[in-house]
Amino acid sequence: MNPALAIIASTLVGVLLLGLHARQGVRMNLEQWSVGGRAFSCRLVFVLMAGELYTTFTFLGASGFAYGHGGPAFYVMAYSCLAFVLSYWLLPAIWRFARQHGVLTQPEFFAKAYDSPLMGLLVCAVALLALLPYLVLQFKGLGIIVELTSYGSLTSSSAIWIGALAMTAYVLLSGMHGSASTAVLKDVLILAVCVFLGLYLPHHYDGGVAAMFRHIEQHRPGFLALPATGKSGAWFVSTVALSALGMYLWPHAFTATFTAGNERSFRRNAMVMPLYALVMLFSMFAGLAAVLQVPALTGDQIDLALLRLAIQTFDPWIVGVIGAAGMLTAIVPGSIMLVSASTLVARDLYRPCRPASSDAHLSMVSRGATVLLMLAAVAWTLAGGASIVSLLLMGFGFVTQLAPALLAVLARDRRVNRYGAFAGILVGVTFVAGSVVSGLTMRRLLPAAPEWVHDVNPGIVGLALNVLTTFIVSLLTRDRLRARMPPRVSPEPLR
Amino acid sequence: MKLHHWLAVIPFLLFLGGSLFAARVQPFVLGLPLFVAWTIGCVIATAAVMWLVFRLDPANRAP
Repeated sequence: MNPALAIIASTLVGVLLLGLHARQGVRMNLEQWSVGGRAFSCRLVFVLMAGELYTTFTFLGASGFAYGHGGPAFYVMAYSCLAFVLSYWLLPAIWRFARQHGVLTQPEFFAKAYDSPLMGLLVCAVALLALLPYLVLQFKGLGIIVELTSYGSLTSSSAIWIGALAMTAYVLLSGMHGSASTAVLKDVLILAVCVFLGLYLPHHYDGGVAAMFRHIEQHRPGFLALPATGKSGAWFVSTVALSALGMYLWPHAFTATFTAGNERSFRRNAMVMPLYALVMLFSMFAGLAAVLQVPALTGDQIDLALLRLAIQTFDPWIVGVIGAAGMLTAIVPGSIMLVSASTLVARDLYRPCRPASSDAHLSMVSRGATVLLMLAAVAWTLAGGASIVSLLLMGFGFVTQLAPALLAVLARDRRVNRYGAFAGILVGVTFVAGSVVSGLTMRRLLPAAPEWVHDVNPGIVGLALNVLTTFIVSLLTRDRLRARMPPRVSPEPLR
Repeated sequence: MKLHHWLAVIPFLLFLGGSLFAARVQPFVLGLPLFVAWTIGCVIATAAVMWLVFRLDPANRAP
């Protein structure tokens, strides 16, 4: 066993032990397991929310995207910051409603808001649809990390299985509490690793970040800004808008907001998080350092850039530490996602079909769902194919379709009813799914349109169709619901 | 909409509008390509704006 693998293995064991330890003294029922009993402190909520940000995507995906595409990679910082701005108002509103109605999951939120169990089922389906590619991207990253840092002593497949089993064991034992304690460790480590790599690699190969930029501009002029076509300004604006809207609609992020003890945490976080987002810069610097050093990786291979460069540059034990950090960035958010998805299956898929189930029984169902979901995700991961960022963008295209329905509830918009919201979501999701499956692009839809139209993100088009459908269908069906409008979010009586 | 609501529009204008005219490599600012420097500047500006929003928002006057 080489030093790199030893370090990764011991980190894994340590994390499992931490997960077990966090559980002691806390009685595990469904509420504890999925939202940590709603009493996490401001600081802990911050860590948990920040932990959401620093996933395999930041570590491998962002650096890989920077390596493969240059300037456009900075869309990540743009959408994160705009999402934080939105969160200042969005999250407290969601939290208030959830607390008032005892909501534990995202589908339940919509079901109660629109007084429609069918709505709950639809949202559950959308949530699971989006969570799977996200889970796959974590597993994919895990596979890459463990495989490369083991210097080939583990194959990609066995690496994925080991990671998946570890994550599942971790989740089954402690749920949300476990995730929070390891999140602290993970954030400290990934911060240290990213800052180090982002500064050292450019220094080592080019003599500094500024020099690195100059060299890249010399060899590949224009690479560091936005291209005229493809990932152009139109792509940037539409993708940033889509992602900013969708960031808190991810089921795990949505549900994580329920863990706050008070709503002020969210406003505080919105203020501080943009600075935290600067850390992504280092990941991108590291990826850019690879542009002139690592020979042409294309397609979904761009995700390997950072690690390939690290292996070229460092001793095995350093590679091991980097690999351990990377492993944690996959396991922590991955476990949060697994918790969210299994809770969804238990409360919003299973229970509506068997309403008499006890909480204990539902806990068992959750745990069973965890195993099934893990197997599904591993199967998809092993089948291979898409790059980390493309998987993420697929997921975003789905979750953002929930935005109009959510905003209508929180703004208490009377023009939207449950039929409209339902139809809108259906239309949006179908469009995005269709474009993914058929490879339909704006170019094929509107071949005669100007170039910038071709670059627009399909998710935004789906969203536009969604909003249109929502209002039209609501208008057409308003008489059906004259006496049954969406319940008000605040405790004021219905006028 | 109150002042602290209007302030929140600024980051949107900066990031999205900026991508249209700041999306170039030259001139280099502090050793960074213009687009990169612009993005970083927007991030810092967002933090500053949100700090201001937090201070101005009456909901944060804690008892």
